Parts: sequence; structure tokens; C-alpha cells
Amino acid sequence: MSNHEKKGGQVPQPDLSRRRFLGAAGAGAAVAASGGVAFAQGKPDPLITEIQDWNRYLGDSVAAHPYGKPSKFEAHVVRRDVEWLTASRESSINFTPIHALDGIITPNGVCFERHHGGAPEIDPSKHRLMINGLVDKPLVFTMEDLKRFPGRTNKIFFLECAANGGMEWKGAQLNGCQFTHGMIHNVMYTGIPLKVLLDEAGVKTNGKWVMPEGADSAAMTRSIPIEKAMKDCMVVWAMNGEALRQEQGYPLRIVVPGWEGNMWVKWLRRLEVGDQPWHHREETSKYTDLLADGRARRFTWIMDAKSIVTNPSPQAPLKSKGPNVLSGLAWSGRGTITRVDVTIDGGKNWVAARLDGPVLPLSLTRFYADIEWDGREMLIQSRAMDDTGYLQPTKDELRKVRGVNSIYHNNGIQTWLVRANGETENVEIS
Amino acid sequence: MSKFRKVLALALFAGLAASPAIAKKVGLGREALPEEVAAWDTDVRPDGAGLPPGKGSVKEGEALFLEKCASCHGEFGEAVGRWPVLVGGQGTLKGESPEKTPGSYWPFASTTFDYIKRAMPYGNARSLSDDEVYAITAFLLQMNGIVKDDFVLSKENFTSVKMPNVGNFYDDDRETTEKAFWNKNPCMKDCKKEAKVTGHARVIDVTPEDGKGVKVE
Ligand code: HEC
Repeated sequence: MSNHEKKGGQVPQPDLSRRRFLGAAGAGAAVAASGGVAFAQGKPDPLITEIQDWNRYLGDSVAAHPYGKPSKFEAHVVRRDVEWLTASRESSINFTPIHALDGIITPNGVCFERHHGGAPEIDPSKHRLMINGLVDKPLVFTMEDLKRFPGRTNKIFFLECAANGGMEWKGAQLNGCQFTHGMIHNVMYTGIPLKVLLDEAGVKTNGKWVMPEGADSAAMTRSIPIEKAMKDCMVVWAMNGEALRQEQGYPLRIVVPGWEGNMWVKWLRRLEVGDQPWHHREETSKYTDLLADGRARRFTWIMDAKSIVTNPSPQAPLKSKGPNVLSGLAWSGRGTITRVDVTIDGGKNWVAARLDGPVLPLSLTRFYADIEWDGREMLIQSRAMDDTGYLQPTKDELRKVRGVNSIYHNNGIQTWLVRANGETENVEIS
Repeated sequence: MSKFRKVLALALFAGLAASPAIAKKVGLGREALPEEVAAWDTDVRPDGAGLPPGKGSVKEGEALFLEKCASCHGEFGEAVGRWPVLVGGQGTLKGESPEKTPGSYWPFASTTFDYIKRAMPYGNARSLSDDEVYAITAFLLQMNGIVKDDFVLSKENFTSVKMPNVGNFYDDDRETTEKAFWNKNPCMKDCKKEAKVTGHARVIDVTPEDGKGVKVE
């Protein structure tokens, strides 16, 4: 794990008291409404004074849920898709409900999905991984073989689709961070370094590129430079301690830390070593960034630093004045998040948010700002910085360089308008 | 080799573990047979590497396309509904709504061959013979004005096909062209005079409610 175990302590974490953040807002506390539940002043709460069913009768037995699910009261916390986006739901995407999650780990059941020919159901005993091309000896492995390899390791990484936010290039479009920023998840993977397998096959000196290929009906392929393949890529069979989910590549996928999600080929069945990139469909027709002059950038693999305030957000409006927790996520494909600034006045003034929990390289990082809301309209933004000094740009700064047709790699600063009634909306500002 | 593993290896295979040759290869898996590699390694590169023997004409390709592809991609590759467009788009890349097709955008003809062979027709992948893939590729090239009506595409003449947009791709240059985004001392106070809302998602709100999508055709 080595550098994965660094804790947040090394990152400057200023003590951001509510009062310091909103300054004059102290007075707001006086007019703040009390919590959401109906509660008549002075009258005892029947939820306390009366015996409730769950306090009297037996609950579920240990045999009731061999595989546990979230409480039924959390049934709204699900992946959602946008039906009109694609012609076929087998080649489509859904979005992680990041507005309803906390911490940095995404639960397996709500990790967003993107596949190009449906998520296949593969019997692991029938799955094979082949390594061929410019190697000393082409090899075939079973899942059992892979799980016997020395060097097994666990690492936490974010996976972001390069098209996350792709619908927002021309302006604010979708009302909810689930839809604007939900093509991301962050889990702990178990597997072996890709290098271990490549060394086993013996990469020839002219082997400069590695191409993973999927076993599904889309047989996804991408070209990965050998330096990256040898540095930190992994071949994995588990996420968050259990087998990969079918929709995340069960039984095997490749992990390409910090790089665009499309390269993390699922249902991995083959690794070919070559001396040139393949220029396949997913790295020409797709995942190239068309700029305003009609030319296109290719091989834009790294996901730049980005952040999003998940609460409040259109799906998670503010309900009460007074103390509130502004919360969000930040990440960078170039390294570790060192700092996240937040503003409530549309970028006139910023304060550093508090990074909390593990602050790991190439992982989601959680940030909080404890605020005192007096009911005034707010224009909330966050901006992330990573340890290379890269600072998340504004949407207009991005558009100046890239135009509005590049679809991919939209890491511009998001703005939420919080109205006096707490309702929150996706807006663009000057 | 970690210390723990060394100890373990020593314990289990006392004599063997001392030999450095053993430490190099784990010895798991087995050699892939040529037939197995041939069955899966169908990928094709711009320099023609990986092309199978075979050929197909524009004419044959047209008949195949009408039969196997047109129901989604349209008789002329113009697409039915929101299925992908495969023909046209030339001259649109700098415009407001660029149309990226194998003809207008894709830098190499090999990509079309490789992709059709690996993934199309959608829902019945790998059902086409190599000659059929040559023929359909030839037809798509002809529809996009890249080859003539009587063209026969083959392994031999494949790399002679040049795609019009090949010169318009360049490698990631963000670290130079976007250097300004590296800024360790961002403004924190009085950074701008005003912040005015210039656009609302609500105006063109297409956010799905309750998991149901909004149909926008
Ligand atoms: C049932 C509908 C359907 C049929 C039939 C079909 N396709 Fe497709 N085609 C698709 C879909 C969906 C995609 C996009 C898949 C994805 O998202 O990865 C696609 C993508 C493509 C692309 C890439 C387009 C791009 O811009 O990247 C090509 C080329 C293509 N198809 C060719 C063919 C050919 C040739 C046939 C006939 C042999 C065929 N298709 C049959 C649905 C279809």
C-alpha cells in the first residue's frame, strides 16, 4: 500500500469555524427555523412518550437477509439514467447518486455503469485471460491462476468517465450533481499489478504499448503506453472486499489509475503487447477532444483536478437556516488533492474547506465547510488544487482553450444557486 | 521477492528457492496455442498489421449493409433515430454541431474494419466473414466519398486508402497549452466585482424525474 496509507494530516486543514466562514451571518442563527420534523413547542414528542412498534415487537431474524441491502427508507438512493441520451440502454450510462453519499468510498451497488454492448454474465470458471503479441511466451490464465499470483495488493482509486459533465459544455443543462458529475466512483480494488503478468510473459524490448480487450459483445479495446502499464495499472477481481459486480467487469477488469474510465476495460480477456498504438474506435471516433479549430486532441488520458459540492445541490436542497454542512468531493488524476476552496458569493471570496478522511493519491477526497446560513441567496462553488499545483479552472477558462464541442474532460468549476427557500439550481455565472 | 515470501518459499521448497531463475517466473498459466491466439487476436492497425486475407466490393457491401446494418444506421448511413450516423459530416467539424463519422472524422480506415469485425452488427457481433467486413468497409468508404463505386477493398490495397481527416489529430498538449491552469496562489479575497447568473438549467431542463427519462428526439 505504501503511499496509499498517507493520512490527511499532512494536508493543511485550517479550522474553518462557521462564524469565520460567513462572518456577519451570525445574526441569521436567531431567525433560523428548527429542524424539519413537525414539533409543537412545549408539547412532548409522541415518538418519545409513546412506545413504538420497533420498540415492542421482534425485528428481522438473522436469516431474513443473507445479503443485506440498504434500509427501505433509502430506496431513493439509486443509480439513474437519462433515457434520451442514447439509442439503446445496452450502450448507455447511468449515474452514481453522489448527492446522497458521504465519505470517499462508493458502495458497490451504486457505482455508475457504462457499457457498450450490455453487461455480460460470465461464469468465472469459463473466463480466460490471454497475453499475446510482443512477448517471449504468449500465456493463458484461468481466474484461479490469477488468484495464486504473488504480489496481491489493495488500492483505492477513483474512476471517472471522460464524458462526466460532457452535457454541460454549452451551458447548464442538468439539475443535479448525480447527472452533471455522477459518472464517477471510488472503491478499493484487490488484484495484482499488471506488471506481474507482463513480466511473467516477458515483454520484448520493442513492446511499447499494451492493449486490453473485453470479453463482452463490444470487445472494448484501448492502447495504453507500456510505461503506464508497468507503473501502476492493476488486474483486479474484487472491489470493496467482494467480487467485482457484473456491471463492473466480473470476473476481471483492468485498473488504470487517474486515467479516463473508458480505458479500464471490463470483462478483461486479453492483453496484447505491440510496438504502436492501435487507433481503435474508442480512441479515434470517441475519447478524442474536438477543439474549436476543427482539430482534435488524442490520447488525453489523464483526468485533471476537479471538485463538486454535493450538498447542497439540486437533488439535496437546504432545508433549514442556521448550521448546515456544505460537503463535496475532489479528485485529480495527476496526484493528491492538497486543497479545496469554496465560495458562497459566486467566486468573489473563497475560504479553504476542511479535507476529511483519508487523503489519497488518485482517489476521491471528501471536503466539508461548516456554514451558518441566514437564508440569503448563495452562489456556491468549489475549486480543487492537486500536488502538481494544478488549479481547477472555471468553465469559461476551459471554453476559451477548448471551445464547446470537445465533449470530454469538462472539469470546470460548477455553480449552484441556492435560493432563499433552500431550493438549489444548476446555473452558470459571469 | 519480499522477505516473507522468501521465508515461505524456503520453507516449502528449501533447495529450489535458492536458485535465482525460479524467482523470476512464477510459472502460473500455460502457453497460448496459435489457434487460440488467432481466435481472439483479430485487431487491425493503421499500418495494416492484423488484416486477414480477403476482399470485398462496394457493390457487395451495399447489399450486406442494407440487410444487416440499415435498420439502425439507415439505408445511406444517415441513421434511424438516434443510432449512430456513419456517412457525411464533412465540413462540419468547426461548426456548431459537428458530425463525427468514419468519413468526416476518423483518421484511419483500419478503425472501421476493426470495429465492424469486433462489435457489429450490434447484438450479433462477430457474425460477419472477413470478406463481408471488407465489402461493408468498402461501401462505407464509398458513401463517404473516399473511394469510387467500382472499388474492391482487400488486404493488399488496404493501406492505400487515405482518410481526409488524418492530419487533424495531435497528442495531448494540455501541459503546455493549458499551463495557465497551474496556479499555486489563487485569489481568495475580492476576486471579482460581481457574479451574475447567465444561464439556468431550468430553462432547458431535461433532468429526469424519479428515474424516468424525458424523451427528446
Ligand atoms: C441494432 C442496431 C444496430 C445494427 C443492426 C448495427 N449497428 Fe452499428 N452501431 C449500433 C450502436 C448502438 C453503436 C454504438 C455502440 C456503442 O455505443 O459503443 C453502433 C456503432 C457503429 C459504428 C461506430 C460509429 C461511431 O461513430 O463510432 C460503426 C462503424 C457501425 N456501428 C457499423 C455497423 C455496421 C457495418 C453494421 C452492419 C454490419 C451495424 N453497425 C449494425 C447499432 C447498430
